[in-house]
Amino acid sequence: MALLEVNNVSKVFGGLSAVTNVKMKIEKGELVGLIGPNGAGKTTIFNLLTGVYPTTEGAILFDGENLAGRKPSAINRLGLARTFQNIRLFGNLTVLDNVRIAYHSHVKYGLASAILRAGGFYQEESSMAQKAEDLLKIFNLDHKKQEIAKSLPYGEQRRLEIVRALASKPKFLLLDEPAAGMNPQETTELMELIQEIRDKFDLTILLIEHDMSLVMGCCQRIYVLEYGRIIAQGVPEEIKSNPKVIEAYLGEEVSYA
Amino acid sequence: MKKLLSKKNLAILLGVLLLYGVIQALISLGVLRTFHQVNLITICISVIMAVSLNLITGFTGQLTLGHAGFMAVGAYFSAVMTVKWGMYFPVSIFCGAVLAAVSGALIGLPTLRLKGDYLAIATLGFGEVIRVVLLNTKYVGGAAGLFGIPRLMNWTWVFFAAVITVVVIRNLLWSSYGRACISVREDEVAAELMGIDITHYKVLAFSVGAFFAGLGGGIYAHYFYGLQPGTFGFMKSIDYLVMVVLGGLGSVTGSILAAVVLTLINVVLQQFSAIRMILYALLLILIMIFRPQGLMGSKEASLELFRKLGRRSGHGSLGSK
Repeated sequence: MALLEVNNVSKVFGGLSAVTNVKMKIEKGELVGLIGPNGAGKTTIFNLLTGVYPTTEGAILFDGENLAGRKPSAINRLGLARTFQNIRLFGNLTVLDNVRIAYHSHVKYGLASAILRAGGFYQEESSMAQKAEDLLKIFNLDHKKQEIAKSLPYGEQRRLEIVRALASKPKFLLLDEPAAGMNPQETTELMELIQEIRDKFDLTILLIEHDMSLVMGCCQRIYVLEYGRIIAQGVPEEIKSNPKVIEAYLGEEVSYA
Repeated sequence: MKKLLSKKNLAILLGVLLLYGVIQALISLGVLRTFHQVNLITICISVIMAVSLNLITGFTGQLTLGHAGFMAVGAYFSAVMTVKWGMYFPVSIFCGAVLAAVSGALIGLPTLRLKGDYLAIATLGFGEVIRVVLLNTKYVGGAAGLFGIPRLMNWTWVFFAAVITVVVIRNLLWSSYGRACISVREDEVAAELMGIDITHYKVLAFSVGAFFAGLGGGIYAHYFYGLQPGTFGFMKSIDYLVMVVLGGLGSVTGSILAAVVLTLINVVLQQFSAIRMILYALLLILIMIFRPQGLMGSKEASLELFRKLGRRSGHGSLGSK
């Protein structure tokens, strides 16, 4: 059974159908890209998957569980974590605190032992800090752990968002334009990093990206969205040569008589 | 690894005991008279109220204008239990605080969908409802007030109640649960998507904050002999909010500092009773112009901070102590 199944999902905002009849099936361990022109509904799909919006029609099954009616926090605890297109870090907190907050749903001590400073509180706190540091090290952010998140350069904020998402121990990671605003060298590094974390944490990844070299270079499969509908899917080679996709991106070919 | 009995914690404990001992000795020797004692008790109650309000407004980011309402619940219920039902007063005060916590959770659940100004108005309404209900309840004296409560509180009780309040709220905040509350303030959507049930943490902050406000109310009732609904009006909530903002939203030590400073300023200004409120307002305006982030900002006063003050001060982190 696929890890994530999106069955004929539609989302209507008032009179506007943002997403229509979307079907997706993603197996465990896959790295899948979701592309499409601006306003195609890519981020809306992420919002539907993570429970920010309820679906108008259709069902989303994650690991066999129907996500309908669950709060975003409950969906995250099932193992679905995401980053945001317009960075949403906890800006006034330190890098370390940003990561530790995402660990919260796995914290082992209760409220009473926090207040009494008993029941393994200190042990768990230091193990949390250690785990957070280990994750930050992978993304080369560990030397900045005491800095305030909003003071980091843009590229590092994007990486911190990925670290924070990983800290919630997901099975499935949704990356919303992880390379936005990065230079080509940073993008290449990020590509390698994404593949590395997938293997290391046994993740399944779905990513939205405008940078075609990144999508074509690292995704195994790609879904193309236009006007809220999936117009094509397949391996990068197929997508590159698919006339519908070229049309969606470049417009219809004009034949001159 | 940090431990409970670290040098730092022992130093703080020693400092707290010293402060208590010195003041208790001065009271026993008759140096501090009733006038001073009343002010000391008022300072402690203000500390309890400001720190608990800071948990809700400064750390969890939920602007509330009904904190005096929770105080009224604790004050009246504990007074009724002691005076009319003849309960032992620590039990009454505790029950008053629990009832305040329950009312905090009850008001929390339906109104926490509201944000910012709307939540402020809803909590303001809650505070007024409490006041008007008390005003029209014959059983608790109505407008005339509830009198004849014995003065069972003294410096020892009140001081340690304030210490416990600060320690509990501080320990709560400097833990994973506290970080969850702070993440709600920082970005609700991101917090929710990182697995933090924001409704749960808002209700938690409201009920813990309300519990200690109820405790403050119970202490007030058992020290000042009588209660009147008017005491717990909108202005009282504003008084405490001023302390929180002045001390720094998101700084426990800031709230303590502001509670002490503002109470003392009020005492000093009593000599100029005619222009007291003008001077008080002027002072607040001046402090806000020169330190808009509050006396402490979101930093905490600590031994480290004093060491750093010589150099450029860095940003504090929410470590575990």
